[in-house]
Amino acid sequence: MPGKLKVKIVAGRHLPVMDRASDLTDAFVEVKFGNTTFKTDVYPKSLNPQWNSEWFKFEVDDEDLQDEPLQITVLDHDTYSANDAIGKVYIDIDPLLYSEAATVISGWFPIYDTIHGIRGEINVVVKVDLFNDLNRFRQSSCGVKFFCTTSIPKCYRAVIIHGFVEELVVNEDPEYQWIDRIRTPRASNEARQRLISLMSGELQRKIGLKVLEMRGNAVVGYLQCFDLEGESGLVVRAIGTACTLDKLSSPAAFLPACNSPSKEMKESPLVHPPSHGCRSTHNSPIHTATGSRLTQNFSVSVPTLIYTGMGSGSAGKEGGPFKALLRQQTQSALEQRGGSPHRFCRRREFPFFTLTAFPPGFLVHVGGVVSARSVKLLDRIHNPAFVGIMGNTRSYKLLDWNSFNSDEPETRDAWWAEIRQEIKSHAKALGCHAVVGYSESTSICEEVCILSASGTAAVLNPRFLQDGTVEGCLEQRLEENLPAGCGFCHIPYDELNMPFPAHLTYCYNCRKQKVPDVLFTTIDLPTDATVIGKGCLIQARLCRLKKKAQAEANATAISNLLPFMEYEVHTQLMNKLKLKGMNALFGLRIQITVGENMLMGLASATGVYLAALPTPGGIQIAGKTPNDGSYEQHISHMQKKINDTIAKNKELYEINPPEISEEIIGSPIPEPRQRSRLLRSQSESSDEVTELDLSHGKKDAFVLEIDDTDAMEDVHSLLTDVPPPSGFYSCNTEIMPGINNWTSEIQMFTSVRVIRLSSLNLTNHALNKNFNDLCENLLKSLYFKLRSMIPCCLCHVNFTVSLPEDELIQVTVTAVAITFDKNQALQTTKAHVEKSLQRASTDNEELLQFPLELCSDSLPSHPFPPAKEHLESASSNSGIPAAQRATSVDYSSFADRCSSWIELIKLKAQTIRRGSIKTTVTVEKTSPMGEGNFRNRSAAPCANSTVGVVKMTPLSFIPGAKITKYLGIINMFFIRETTSLREEGGVSGFLHAFIAEVFAMVRAHVAALGGNAVVSYIMKQCVFMENPNKNQAQCLINVSGDAVVFARESELEVVSTQQPAANCQPACTGGEVTT
Amino acid sequence: MTSELDIFVGNTTLIDEDVYRLWLDGYSVGDAVALRVRSGILEQTGATAAVLQSDTMDHYRTFHMLERLLHAPPKLLHQLIYQIPPSRQALLIERYYAFDEAFVREVLGKKLSKGTKKDLDDISTKTGITLKSCRRQFDNFKRVFKVVEEMRGSLVDNVQQHFLLSDRLARDYAAIVFFANNRFETGKKKLQYLSFGDFAFCAELMIQNWTLGAVDSQVDDMDMDLDKEFLQDLKELKVLVADKDLLDLHKSLVCTALRGKLGVFSEMEANFKNLSRGLVNVATKLTHNKDVRDLFVDLVEKAPGPLGPLHGHPPWLPPAPLS
Repeated sequence: MPGKLKVKIVAGRHLPVMDRASDLTDAFVEVKFGNTTFKTDVYPKSLNPQWNSEWFKFEVDDEDLQDEPLQITVLDHDTYSANDAIGKVYIDIDPLLYSEAATVISGWFPIYDTIHGIRGEINVVVKVDLFNDLNRFRQSSCGVKFFCTTSIPKCYRAVIIHGFVEELVVNEDPEYQWIDRIRTPRASNEARQRLISLMSGELQRKIGLKVLEMRGNAVVGYLQCFDLEGESGLVVRAIGTACTLDKLSSPAAFLPACNSPSKEMKESPLVHPPSHGCRSTHNSPIHTATGSRLTQNFSVSVPTLIYTGMGSGSAGKEGGPFKALLRQQTQSALEQRGGSPHRFCRRREFPFFTLTAFPPGFLVHVGGVVSARSVKLLDRIHNPAFVGIMGNTRSYKLLDWNSFNSDEPETRDAWWAEIRQEIKSHAKALGCHAVVGYSESTSICEEVCILSASGTAAVLNPRFLQDGTVEGCLEQRLEENLPAGCGFCHIPYDELNMPFPAHLTYCYNCRKQKVPDVLFTTIDLPTDATVIGKGCLIQARLCRLKKKAQAEANATAISNLLPFMEYEVHTQLMNKLKLKGMNALFGLRIQITVGENMLMGLASATGVYLAALPTPGGIQIAGKTPNDGSYEQHISHMQKKINDTIAKNKELYEINPPEISEEIIGSPIPEPRQRSRLLRSQSESSDEVTELDLSHGKKDAFVLEIDDTDAMEDVHSLLTDVPPPSGFYSCNTEIMPGINNWTSEIQMFTSVRVIRLSSLNLTNHALNKNFNDLCENLLKSLYFKLRSMIPCCLCHVNFTVSLPEDELIQVTVTAVAITFDKNQALQTTKAHVEKSLQRASTDNEELLQFPLELCSDSLPSHPFPPAKEHLESASSNSGIPAAQRATSVDYSSFADRCSSWIELIKLKAQTIRRGSIKTTVTVEKTSPMGEGNFRNRSAAPCANSTVGVVKMTPLSFIPGAKITKYLGIINMFFIRETTSLREEGGVSGFLHAFIAEVFAMVRAHVAALGGNAVVSYIMKQCVFMENPNKNQAQCLINVSGDAVVFARESELEVVSTQQPAANCQPACTGGEVTT
Repeated sequence: MTSELDIFVGNTTLIDEDVYRLWLDGYSVGDAVALRVRSGILEQTGATAAVLQSDTMDHYRTFHMLERLLHAPPKLLHQLIYQIPPSRQALLIERYYAFDEAFVREVLGKKLSKGTKKDLDDISTKTGITLKSCRRQFDNFKRVFKVVEEMRGSLVDNVQQHFLLSDRLARDYAAIVFFANNRFETGKKKLQYLSFGDFAFCAELMIQNWTLGAVDSQVDDMDMDLDKEFLQDLKELKVLVADKDLLDLHKSLVCTALRGKLGVFSEMEANFKNLSRGLVNVATKLTHNKDVRDLFVDLVEKAPGPLGPLHGHPPWLPPAPLS
């Protein structure tokens, strides 16, 4: 028995009236964990019962501790009839299983009912006593920390970044079980909530095991998603980046609660040598994959684009044959897998990292965006019969069930493996050995499912990686010394042997290496990147009608449309980027959503002007019928408008690169023979690639040809994007490039809009316009609502599109508005740059000093250079060695009105430091204070109110404050249903209340853990279904984030008076960034 | 393209004071949007009417959801669903419980019953306050009344404790509750020139001096009901009119106390006998409920005599400043 869970039910308040006669309630509580249930006494006739129960003790396996949620049910006692349920609270006790996280969960939790919403609150205290159990056959992975944050958490340092971990579990969806026909909606919802909670627990535990096998102690950038496949089941999948983290404040090495992975792994019989890959052998659903499995399921791989710099790639040319080609490829990939099951036990399969921000020096070069999509048909998951009664009893175990039953996870796993393989090969084609900023997503409509994965091909510094994934070619590059701020832009491959023809110039910053003209990435702007001016949110929006079809015909239709969509999206992004006068995109996220009769594409990214890249040329408009006078006039009018817009945008975003005379740059690199070329998804077989020269005569401008009304409207739509009102900025990255003096006011929000399309005007253009208006209006509304916060910036703007029904489009936006100090924003002087560089290097020192004793103890063979060298390199060049990278163009023949864009310029700029809080010393200085104090302090301002303020933010930091402790991951899933939609204020009232309740429950859990904020908060799913005729609606929401304790910088400063002002000041006054 | 659903939920609940006021004043979303447009907000912010409509709807929905909590303000403080800074919470409560002078004058002293509620239409027409707003104000009076009706202790403190109102507003509510409980007639035409403030002043003094709570703060401490014994005792005041010596003594004491403090002092001194008789007559009849209700009518009719109408300010109200 490795753990004892203790629960005490203290009191309730604001309970609903359950007895109409007395207007009171006779409440009691059931506490359930696993199969054990305890009950409190009935507290008669009160809406504010004081149970003050004894400690209920559950003796359980640590495996159960990880999988199971604690389930608290509040009921109204009824002598004559069945007791009525008031509501439930699910508490994830995972945070209690790490030594550093929370030690007790104690506080008021909203009592939640899936039909009535929140009904009062209950005060609960939960504790866990863990016993060490060293020789057990390990199924649990207690002690592995999970972070949603996609960077190294602020009070840790990365000793080793091991790499990609993934897992998925599958089950039948209770909503679709036969029993659902006879049970109440409430029972069905609760069964679903509990199942998903259980599955997430199991998934997390399994991922944890993989991490332990890799000798890591944490998962960073943990992203868990649900695929509600309807009839065919429920898939919970997760990806993350395994790391070995070391807490900055504690000099001693990290030892997890129940087991120290580094020490104990040696004793565990099941652990493989570290060089063995990330798959656990004893409970992984896959051991081998068979080729036949896939052929049973219809599947279409979609040609993939590599968004490097210019141009868009897609295999549109091979509209028909491409499928066959891809099937073939799929097959071959599969054979590879099936043929060599050993692969799974070999070294790391996928060099992927879910991180979007990195320790200094980690990221060497960035190659460009790689993405892969594939269309699959879902099949029913076959489950054993007894799972059907799962709603009521718990006589099953997911783990066992998986192992003897369904081969379904295998299929799903194979699907993803296939896509990942594709991504990997694309990265290779870009001369990169790794993919960073990696994410996966799905879009499901009926039985069709689009799986997507994307990331940024990159070259990483091997000294952070455990084993030598990095190929030898890299080492020589590492030796090159390069100025900071541009290294990551340099092309990662040989210019003479470029995988894609691209227009290269010498870096405008260092003048030594080649850079592409445009750079697209999925990561955050590196902290040491040199940018000019400010960034802005750039979105490409697109709709495509599609015929309603069934099964395979449908999948084929979708996969035929996808490349066109990708191409269009890319073109739009490129046009808008040019229009903004910028040359790089960060945080690119392209979402393709499938509906019954349409496909939607939404790409969001943050545009910036990188000083290292050439100035983008303008956009030139060319008409097809040059002889028509009025037409000509019209064209020139448009041209003027576009030029004006570009000029205006340059002013707006303060893009004024210094002029550099041509000689300094030196002659441009000889033009590659061809500028654009088609890239197929099959990047390995580059010899097959068709080459097209689509380059226009003009080299320095991007030419838009207006040959039909479509093109005209495209140009119009370009110009209709209204910039945010003055004082407002927006971006979808963590922080806004060019703004650095955040003040402490933040407002996180979720906004949801659903529009109904009138079926009459369903043309692609009407659709596009509707969709565009929807997004634009939504943004405008946000700007208006938040006008009191001006000057402010909307950060991490995250749009999600779904198509719940035929004519409905739903857009969900989550973002955070952060105020900044306008006056300070103006100082962008060189002094700042120097300072930030200095800071960067000191940070590096702190971050890079690995405790070598520990490392050599546990990892005798890891390839770290000696510490001294380390420091030298870190402080001398900010840790970013140089190399090159390139842009690629991939054009397809259907690109009938676009051509190439190529341009040159010169510039120079200041360094921007990313807003990470890295005043390491502060932590040590303030640690004696203890967080008890922090908590008191943070509670102090709200003394009037009994409810402590809990901040929520999608960012990994809190402006003007320092995160002192991570308390654990928050991962919650809620279902809300109503049969009285009108009475609850219609769909808007219903969803508004539900989202507010979800926020409340997240805050309550964080507060109970002793935290005062959630960082890296994300609403991963918001599935809304309505049936107004029946007066019904249902909504599912899944949110996650990291619970933290933060302390205001100003408070910390009081304590740590000895702290050198230089280090602390910028952070506390102006947020944590300096320019 | 029609918007089916349009919501905005902040981690901190956004409260727009202007929209809150419009909502409290009972304007429909459409009217509120029109009023906001007229305020020039579109020009200031560059927003469109559609944005304004969506924003207003959103705020209205928020207020509608908060209304349930505002009915029991302590709940607003303890609830977890809406994260609202304390200063904003106070503002929400204070504004919600604020009332219109014109409205309160209409219902002051009336029984807070369904019957009165039916008359709200007329009051709305008469005062120009929207029916919605009238209902809210009426329901507020009634809710406060119900909660503090049976409570012991200071009426003002009870109101303050259970509704978290400012001192000023709590006093006003105490007066409203006190008047409603004793059903003092205030609606007669003769009384129209008196403001709510005038009555509230009287209520405060009466609560302090005439109620059960005033006599003994320990036993049966009720601020709501007048002390029956005290009213009985008032009968004894007849001697002040009947007995010439006592009348003179009374006069001299009152004049000494008021000299220099009253603008109409000389008139008062000249008419003291008439005034005193009027007042005593009113006081001695207070044993009957009907007469208690008519207290203010009687006072204006009988006591001020020539004074009230002349100066517009009855002597039993706080003295008008010396001119």
